[in-house]
Amino acid sequence: MSVLELETEVRAGARPGPRPQSRRLPGRSWHRWISPLVLVVAWQIASATGLLPTRLLAAPSTIAATALDLVRDGTLPTAIAVSLQRVLAGFAAGAVAGVGTALVAGLSRAGENAVDPIMQMLRALPFFGLIPLFILWFGIGETPKVLLVALAVSFPLYLNTFAGIRGVDGKLAEVARTLKLGRAQLVRHIVLPGALPQTLVGLRQSLGVAWLALIVAEQINADAGLGYMINDAREFLRTDVIVVGLLVYSALGLLTDALVRLLERRALTWRREFLSR
Amino acid sequence: MAARVPVQVSPPEVAASVRALTRRFGDRTVLDDLDLEIARGEFVALLGRSGSGKSTLLRALAGLDDEVEGGLAVGESVAVAFQEPRLVPWKRVRANVALGLARGDARARAEAALAEVGLTERADAWPLTLSGGEAQRASLARALVREPGLLLLDEPFSALDALTRITMHRLVLELWSAHRPAVLLVTHDVDEALLLADRVLVLDEGRIAHETAISLPRPRHRDHPDLVSLRTTLLAALGVSPEGTA
Ligand SMILES: Nc1ncnc2c1ncn2[C@@H]1O[C@H](COP(=O)(O)OP(=O)(O)OP(=O)(O)O)[C@@H](O)[C@H]1O
Ligand SMILES: [Mg+2]
Repeated sequence: MSVLELETEVRAGARPGPRPQSRRLPGRSWHRWISPLVLVVAWQIASATGLLPTRLLAAPSTIAATALDLVRDGTLPTAIAVSLQRVLAGFAAGAVAGVGTALVAGLSRAGENAVDPIMQMLRALPFFGLIPLFILWFGIGETPKVLLVALAVSFPLYLNTFAGIRGVDGKLAEVARTLKLGRAQLVRHIVLPGALPQTLVGLRQSLGVAWLALIVAEQINADAGLGYMINDAREFLRTDVIVVGLLVYSALGLLTDALVRLLERRALTWRREFLSR
Repeated sequence: MAARVPVQVSPPEVAASVRALTRRFGDRTVLDDLDLEIARGEFVALLGRSGSGKSTLLRALAGLDDEVEGGLAVGESVAVAFQEPRLVPWKRVRANVALGLARGDARARAEAALAEVGLTERADAWPLTLSGGEAQRASLARALVREPGLLLLDEPFSALDALTRITMHRLVLELWSAHRPAVLLVTHDVDEALLLADRVLVLDEGRIAHETAISLPRPRHRDHPDLVSLRTTLLAALGVSPEGTA
């Protein structure tokens, strides 16, 4: 649900009638599983008959077995832990930087003039192109990987939070003025909560790029983590391990996305109750 | 940019006093040397054609306009209710009413105000789930909880249906008799002005062009002969000929 959609619904006014249950028809949802299942079965058959050589892509059954082995011998949990740590550290640093600069730029003209041009310039940089510089500056340890994630995370959060702050309804700011709210109260009661929906949009985008940045960073020079596991498998033509690594990346991506959705549902109850009636 | 208006605290007998107030937007003069005085506890209705500057005047009185020229003196406490209720959507109704009150008894005061406007049950509701009339009552509660000396109402009932509007008129009169703030009610509705106000003003060409005092006791009936003739006068002042004549 985008802010835009919400606004049109709010404008549409009074009480919307009961809405058609178009969202999800519970009884039919299994229909959607048929085609993926068919695909997996076809893939398995192609592998078993030798049509699809293991050198190119391992069979689904092999992949499942490998996944189990990797979990049992601890390779996968360790790799996930290492990668997760990188993403968390990078995300935390990037979120603080992104939201912090957005507050500076959003809350005053002087701040905007100071911060926004720089952020717009940096944003134009292809940040994966910074990798060589990062390696020169920070070596090949954890720092460049975490920083790459932080950089990737900070821009969506900056842009969305800044837009969110500037998009807060001026009429509410007037209300705050007539209620004699001070500046700090204005920020706390009106500006920040008003910017929150947009910030959460930024949060979802930034988590998406966080995983992407991690994958790229881990391709270059890792000695641990999911990227290392995948690279190592390539050396030995283990397509099964590569696929397991990719699946884990996407599962982690989906998981973090689900977390943000949960956060959204909790933080934006005031909208949800309205939209769901 | 125009000089900022010094806002002085008015002498105790008036709730607001406006002297030679002028407001220009570019080369358009919307308020032109306007004078107005509102006594303490007086209920004033302000009529005027669309675009005549009613909201501009009200915003100046509310202290929302930094670019008016002239003298403006309003009492220490002013509260505003706008045409759209302007509730803060992410705060429950009670928190909206309590917004900006000093901690301590804020909750109790907000609840008392909500009880006065008959919204006790909706105190925990989100503003977006309120009906138009409920939202407007919440907005009134938020204005009144501050015990204002001057209550500014900018067409607060114009978006409501006729029945709700009648209920709201009663409510406003009740609240006004109980708290006795001075009221400036901006409205398009001549009958609303006649039923509620002690004094009806017509804004035209940037000034108060017409002024009528109404001393009839309330509740008033719209068919009262005095009101019928006043209505004709006011409509004429607004440039509308009464129904039935051409
Ligand atoms: N910020 C602004 N910039 C430029 N012109 C403005 C601005 N605010 C108001 N005006 C103009 O001033 C005039 C008076 O506006 P105002 O809102 O006070 O009218 P009003 O009497 O309240 O009308 P209505 O009954 O339709 O609400 C209008 O012509 C309007 O276009
Ligand atoms: Mg107006």
